[in-house]
Amino acid sequence: MLSKRNKEVLFNPLSKDNPVLVQILGICSTLAVTANLEPAIVMGISVIAVLAFSNVIISLIRKTIPASIRIIVQLVVVATLVIMVQQFLIAYDYDVSKQLSVFIGLIITNCILMGRLEAFALNNRPWESFLDGIGNGLGYAAILVIVAFFRELLGSGTLFGFQVIPQFCYDHGYMNNGLMILPPMALITVACIIWVHRARNKELQES
Amino acid sequence: MNKNSNTYQILYAAVMVLLVGTFLAFIYMILKPKQDENIANDKRMQILSAINVNSEPESLKDDFARYIVAEYIVNEQGEIVDSAANVAFSIDMKSNVKLQQRKLPVFMCRLDDGAVKYVLPVYGAGLWGPIWGYISVDSDAATIFGTSFSHESETPGLGARITEDLFQQQFIGKQIVKDGAFTSIEVVKRGQKSLSGADYVDAISGATITSRGVGAMLDDCLKYYEPFLKKIADSNQTLTVEEN
Repeated sequence: MLSKRNKEVLFNPLSKDNPVLVQILGICSTLAVTANLEPAIVMGISVIAVLAFSNVIISLIRKTIPASIRIIVQLVVVATLVIMVQQFLIAYDYDVSKQLSVFIGLIITNCILMGRLEAFALNNRPWESFLDGIGNGLGYAAILVIVAFFRELLGSGTLFGFQVIPQFCYDHGYMNNGLMILPPMALITVACIIWVHRARNKELQES
Repeated sequence: MNKNSNTYQILYAAVMVLLVGTFLAFIYMILKPKQDENIANDKRMQILSAINVNSEPESLKDDFARYIVAEYIVNEQGEIVDSAANVAFSIDMKSNVKLQQRKLPVFMCRLDDGAVKYVLPVYGAGLWGPIWGYISVDSDAATIFGTSFSHESETPGLGARITEDLFQQQFIGKQIVKDGAFTSIEVVKRGQKSLSGADYVDAISGATITSRGVGAMLDDCLKYYEPFLKKIADSNQTLTVEEN
């Protein structure tokens, strides 16, 4: 089931080949949905699901796809899955679907998806493609959660909407950093994570 | 078959689109009842939020039944034309605002302290898509008691902030009727005042068009209620005179 290569396919995107940290893909949605933890997690799960299943579907039909319309076929598959996720969210988690509103739809244009479909699923078997989708989705989701953790904690003093910074601190002059809520700070947070990541992985450093 | 022939490509695309279309239509039909219920519950939540009641999803239906004591449709002369159950709730404002003769839904609410409020729905256009909301007025038919605004696709952090308390609480206590005439509430740039003498609130900086949309929506939807509001105000006046 998990040969050495499959393990690499699954686990490399978590760190050494992380789509956000190393390939710098999917930054736009990373900025947009990470002001709070809950939407970030839902977005992460949605991307994992869409990426894994679109990888499998494309991989299954890869031998039938005419080369000249392959991007359109990929888009149709991704769009179908995204619409499904959107409809399920409206039916089962209406509040989150309102919060994420346009961003779920924008999964369609998430560069990670097209990148994986084009680079991996078109040339590999379904099982490997599935693992690749899960791995890259997890790599993306992990960064979303880390960024959202710091932004929600420092920006609102809450986690999952629950107050974690005690009133005591506010009484002594502590204030939430409103800047953390705004998109620019997401960019800076991602940059800090990339900094730490590269410092620990010397082989990723460019001279 | 040659994968790169035109026939193959066209057939491939056509079959794919047909399959996907059928599949999505199927999913939509299965999920529709559940989605409709969510949307209706969200509407109840917004109406309660306009009278400053924050309900939990579990108690939403009970709360709604407890606070909303009556709902009816009034016409532009301020007369009640229909007061069947659910009649105001089932009005779709999107198509309603386009009608020549608008139906004017009113939700009459009684709070825990016995105070009576009237909730009036409003519907208009923001920057990217529709915005809507509910305005509750005191029994003097002039003072705003609470508001709740919603939007479909305004920019997060800018126009979307019309849903935040900071913006909505500005409306509380403002008068939509002054000296017996409807004036609406204007949304003006911070630091400015209303030129017409109407009550005003601060717009959201960076969201000029959405803010203007809120102002226009209030004026456009509430002005039809003027005769109705006048009737309530008059009936209250006689009541207080009798009490004296």
